[in-house]
Amino acid sequence: MSSTATKDHAELAAIFNRDEPRVDWHDETLWWVRAKRDIAAQKLPEWELLRETASQIKNNVLSNLSSYLEQFEANAIKNGAIVHWAANAEEHNQIIHKLLSERGINRMVKSKSMLTEECHLNEFLAQRGVDVIDSDLGERIVQLAGEPPSHIVLPCIHKKKEEIGDIFHEHLGSAKGESDPKILTETARQHLREVFLTRRAALTGVNFAIAETGEFVICTNEGNADMGAHLAEIHIASMGMEKIIPERKHLGVFLRLLTRSATGQPITTYSSHFAKPQDGKEVHIVIVDNGRSIQLGREDFRNSLKCIRCGACMNTCPVYRKSGGHSYHTAVAGPIGSILAPNLDMKKYADLPFASTLCGSCSNVCPVKIDIHDQLYKWRQVIVQAGYTPTAKTIAMKGMAFTLASPALYRAAGKMGRLTFKYAPFAVNNGANPWYKHREMPKAPEQSFGEWYAKRKEQKK
Amino acid sequence: MSSRNKILAAVKANQFSYAELPDLKMLNTLTDTGDNLVERYTAVGTAGGSFVYEVADYDAIKAILQKEFKPGVKIISGVPELDEYTNVEDVKHELSHSFADVELCILPSNLGVAENGALWLTEQQMTVRVLPFIAQHLAIVINKDNLVPTMVQAYQTIGDAKYGYGAFISGPSKTADIEQSLVIGAHGPRSLSVFILP
Repeated sequence: MSSTATKDHAELAAIFNRDEPRVDWHDETLWWVRAKRDIAAQKLPEWELLRETASQIKNNVLSNLSSYLEQFEANAIKNGAIVHWAANAEEHNQIIHKLLSERGINRMVKSKSMLTEECHLNEFLAQRGVDVIDSDLGERIVQLAGEPPSHIVLPCIHKKKEEIGDIFHEHLGSAKGESDPKILTETARQHLREVFLTRRAALTGVNFAIAETGEFVICTNEGNADMGAHLAEIHIASMGMEKIIPERKHLGVFLRLLTRSATGQPITTYSSHFAKPQDGKEVHIVIVDNGRSIQLGREDFRNSLKCIRCGACMNTCPVYRKSGGHSYHTAVAGPIGSILAPNLDMKKYADLPFASTLCGSCSNVCPVKIDIHDQLYKWRQVIVQAGYTPTAKTIAMKGMAFTLASPALYRAAGKMGRLTFKYAPFAVNNGANPWYKHREMPKAPEQSFGEWYAKRKEQKK
Repeated sequence: MSSRNKILAAVKANQFSYAELPDLKMLNTLTDTGDNLVERYTAVGTAGGSFVYEVADYDAIKAILQKEFKPGVKIISGVPELDEYTNVEDVKHELSHSFADVELCILPSNLGVAENGALWLTEQQMTVRVLPFIAQHLAIVINKDNLVPTMVQAYQTIGDAKYGYGAFISGPSKTADIEQSLVIGAHGPRSLSVFILP
């Protein structure tokens, strides 16, 4: 990531766009997933009410989060779990490192957790001599490739099977040139089952934490969270504090929405409810804030905390599909990532709310009805007011404001523009004009509306 | 102040005025309560990669299992009527890790969901939590009267039951992480057979 840290979304997207056939393939694959979502959603006549209900449940959660967190904690403790609280990423990572080092553990298996990506847990533990193996197949692939996931549900959606074959050949000893997904998955199965059987510690994410019962639910298709957690001595579950839902019966709303929105399946293969530790084993739950309480206080943006991480907004987003997940240079990419990241670091992620056409497709597919595109628009204003826009844009905007403030200047500039388009289009239709890079320049009219109106008046006389 | 209290204080300060929980009644009346549950379960389960068999009795299950699995492989059964296999109660003291070479695990379920093919199992039915995940193949036996239309009725059935661990299992372990091509048999069972008894 270090080499990409200084590049913004547009620059990183330009790198992704160099390989046009790959962009088309990426675009079409994600659109296919989006289409599967539509088919699944349309099978339920109550779909829209289901979305509205989920949104309202999450609204209740956010309005009463402190009580629910305390209730969840009390019930989880009653169930025999140990609950930790982390104000930020650093504290989250330290808690986990301490749990491992106290037990003399230096190898851990981890199932998918975007929170640990957000906290850069793997790097933190690696620096302290703890080896972490990601067990979700897609995450294992990007981990071996030395990359972050490019999608929260489909971590290696940007990779071709031939590239994965090369990675597996190098790291897992599959045959050179082998790219059959069946054979590659079998290779990973053999490798990861060995990992599950030999790790004393397992870390998982949390999809839903139920205040009423103190249990938490994890959804996977592979069964990797369960394989890790049930075989390890210590199960650490990292959860963002917005994962709370009030009652168990509310799972009957969220589990119906989550996977249909994500991949178009009616449910994941496994929806596992962890209430009490197994005999002789430990469960630790780490509840993480890391900026979430601040986001809760931002009235325009707090709804982003309703997110259940289905990825539907990415699959539908025309910008995400054509720019790739890595162009967002943050753990959660796409439209939802673009409204979450500026809360964490407005300066670093100032470019993300601009990486959108504001078409609104994200808001239309969101299972908890987050007003994503409205928030993208609102973040732009906050970012401009805070002075975090790129210099070129600031100068251009100032120049425009100056020109528009003077009628004479405005007319002169308009005329000059039309003449340029007419006689010297090459002066603007080139790579030096950043505007042209993203758009076809329009054909200039012969005259301005002002000129036409004046002439018309003249003729009428 | 501890992080716990700091976080809770920050959340309390920033959360807005209380918003009521929505009433689920309207949603639940719109939610499917239809019949033909076996037929629908079979269609959805099959689409999800499960082998679904409607069988007359336990003898029919035995016949299918004998055909599908070679004699001599390690099979663990948690279904009392399928007693020619190793009973799960007799091996539960063993380390979870020793079950990696179990070829087939057979477990009962008392709750199945027609809309998504999911079957609910708690630790009580699993006996050892890892069993339905670590076995190479999984078979689940359910009575047809235990099928419900959707997750709404499923959670109504579960109610406030106490369990240490429970899972909805809706098919074999699978992944589509490589170019979105579906591959059955990721880390867990390579197949799920569902036997529906009358």
